[in-house]
Amino acid sequence: MHNDDASAPRTDPSTQRRLVERSLARRHGAEKRFRAAGLAAVFFGLGMVALLFASILAKGVPAFWQATVVTEVYFDPEIIKVDPRPVAQPGETPAQLHEREMAWQTQLTMANWNRIIENTLAAHLPEVTDARARARLRQLVTSGERFVLRDRVIADPALIGQRLTLKLLADANVDVWLKGNIDRSLPDSQQQLAPDVRAWADQLHERGVIQMKFNTTLFGNPDSRSSLASAGLAGAFVGSLFMMAIVILLAVPVGVASAVYLEEFAPRNRFTDLIEVNINNLAAVPSIIFGLLGAAVFINWFHMPLSAPIVGGLVLSLMTLPTVIIATRSTLQAIPPSIRQAALGIGASKVQMILHHVLPLALPGILTGAIIGVAQAIGETAPLLLIGMSAFVAAVPATPFDQSTALPVQIYLWQGNELRNFFEARTSAAIIVLLGLMLSLNALAIWLRKRFEKRW
Amino acid sequence: MEDTVMRATLVNAEKFVGVANGALKMAARDVRVFYGESEALHGVDLDIYENEVLAFIGPSGCGKSTFLRCLNRMNDTIDGCRVTGRIELDGEDIYDRSLDVVLLRARVGMVFQKPNPFPKSIYENIAYGPRLHGLASGRAELDDIVERSLQRAGLWEEVKDRLEQPGTGLSGGQQQRLCIARAIAVSPEVILMDEPCSALDPIATAKVEQLITELSETYTIVIVTHNMQQAARVSRRTAFFHLGNLVEVDDTTKIFTSPSDGRTEDYITGRFG
Repeated sequence: MHNDDASAPRTDPSTQRRLVERSLARRHGAEKRFRAAGLAAVFFGLGMVALLFASILAKGVPAFWQATVVTEVYFDPEIIKVDPRPVAQPGETPAQLHEREMAWQTQLTMANWNRIIENTLAAHLPEVTDARARARLRQLVTSGERFVLRDRVIADPALIGQRLTLKLLADANVDVWLKGNIDRSLPDSQQQLAPDVRAWADQLHERGVIQMKFNTTLFGNPDSRSSLASAGLAGAFVGSLFMMAIVILLAVPVGVASAVYLEEFAPRNRFTDLIEVNINNLAAVPSIIFGLLGAAVFINWFHMPLSAPIVGGLVLSLMTLPTVIIATRSTLQAIPPSIRQAALGIGASKVQMILHHVLPLALPGILTGAIIGVAQAIGETAPLLLIGMSAFVAAVPATPFDQSTALPVQIYLWQGNELRNFFEARTSAAIIVLLGLMLSLNALAIWLRKRFEKRW
Repeated sequence: MEDTVMRATLVNAEKFVGVANGALKMAARDVRVFYGESEALHGVDLDIYENEVLAFIGPSGCGKSTFLRCLNRMNDTIDGCRVTGRIELDGEDIYDRSLDVVLLRARVGMVFQKPNPFPKSIYENIAYGPRLHGLASGRAELDDIVERSLQRAGLWEEVKDRLEQPGTGLSGGQQQRLCIARAIAVSPEVILMDEPCSALDPIATAKVEQLITELSETYTIVIVTHNMQQAARVSRRTAFFHLGNLVEVDDTTKIFTSPSDGRTEDYITGRFG
């Protein structure tokens, strides 16, 4: 205000204007380039995501339909020669009855189910009479179907002697052949199916006996190596759900509680600084290290079962904990101090302030952090490989202590399967399921945030 | 609007005559506040009398807010803040170990610089304190406390039809009166106000000032202000703080007409600050 007498260098107005105009062009140019670069980056990112989704969908969606033989099956009593199903005798213990039941089931398993399938298919192709050729008919149907037929009879022995229209899964190679996932012009020596089997597959497909049906086995069955067409991801899916539940029940409450303690109660000193630094370090530890820790501590020390979702869940919880703590702490830090002062000023105790005001306001942020952490854990593969979850498990786990795989591990396993042209689609289908699970979790996070968000 | 201000000033002027020296409510002796190693307040001795409005003035950083926050121990919430000396409320040491800080804050309420209603309904904002301290037995009694508090804060007519709407949706001035209503809902004996009008426009300020005058009939009020006209309008006594010292405290009229300390005179005549 008082610097009239200051001898500041003055530029005369016309020069000043010329100089500013000259710099203006340069500044506008810089602005344009900056915006263009940002836009290009956005398009690059979107393009990559679009490419990823397009390739996964293009490969994976066909796997949701699978070649299926829709046919009438005759449960021929001449072939299925079994005694009547055992019923409880007076004075018999349940164990004894169970033993006889098992013997009966073994007898049923010994029946020549292949012959039943052979006869079923021969009914559609009466011209095949040669015994060897007839045996090859069986290659049309995947090998696991004989056990499916057996299980039907176990469930209902009255089926013997009846005719029933059923859907039998075609063999994986038939599915590959009919979908055109193998070059049809390859010489016989390089084809996976014999020439006559290929011809039969085409014939039956044309006549509508082999149809492309929605693939329920993919979702209902566990993995399979003997009957590839019946391989499904139910076991992996349930395993992942168990681990997700463990992470939610363990990492979220423990993480939120530690964050609340560190942020609201802990004094600021060297010790808490050390804890803070180490939490941040922990968040940066590669996930495979957590797998090693899990193998050393949970399996070697506590003797927990190998390949079990309980161990996977514990390892993933450890891995998720820092994420939840950091997200919760930053949310708590963002709660305006004025709200805390208002609560304290009116005579609320610290716990009341936290429970009544701070946590409700922090809830959307905490939920978002927790769900992102859980989603990250669900997609994690490396630590699970080290605790044996990459084992082949042909059953759906009933409890978290049963052996199981997980969705990302299943993807990894199928990706490495020898029957590439069948499992490439299956792999992508599993990726779609995993991505679907993640997207639903993220959608849930967004919905919860909107639901609990309060403005002030 | 000037009318209101005028009237408030007149009402106040009348009351100065009415209220002689009340009983001693709070007493501070040699209060020092340290932030870490540095001393922010250098030994303050001050008496606060019942039903008076006492204003703290002084340039920024002089320690007036710090001292105010000692009176209901809000400084406890600041890391590294240490208070020595003795502050009494009705003869009891408020820094005594046996005294529960929750009880202290129920007796010594506070209104902050920036209106800070809870992001809840207007009703919940007022009902929170009474519910916390178990002051109401039953919904009807609580409704009654809410209505009376809002009436005392002069807000009832404006909000009675929208008690369920969020308190944060009110205008700045209404929010500050809501905060005052929230403070008086727990029936404190002393209300501390930390620059309650600094975020408000002149009209809202006038309303809050009038409210302060009315409330002083029931409550002891200590107000920190940057606005010397405000101190002159609402307070009976004024304390001037400078660089962490309490320079002088006296009747407001005396402080603004013939202060005994040169620093006070320099400040009120605008020579620094």
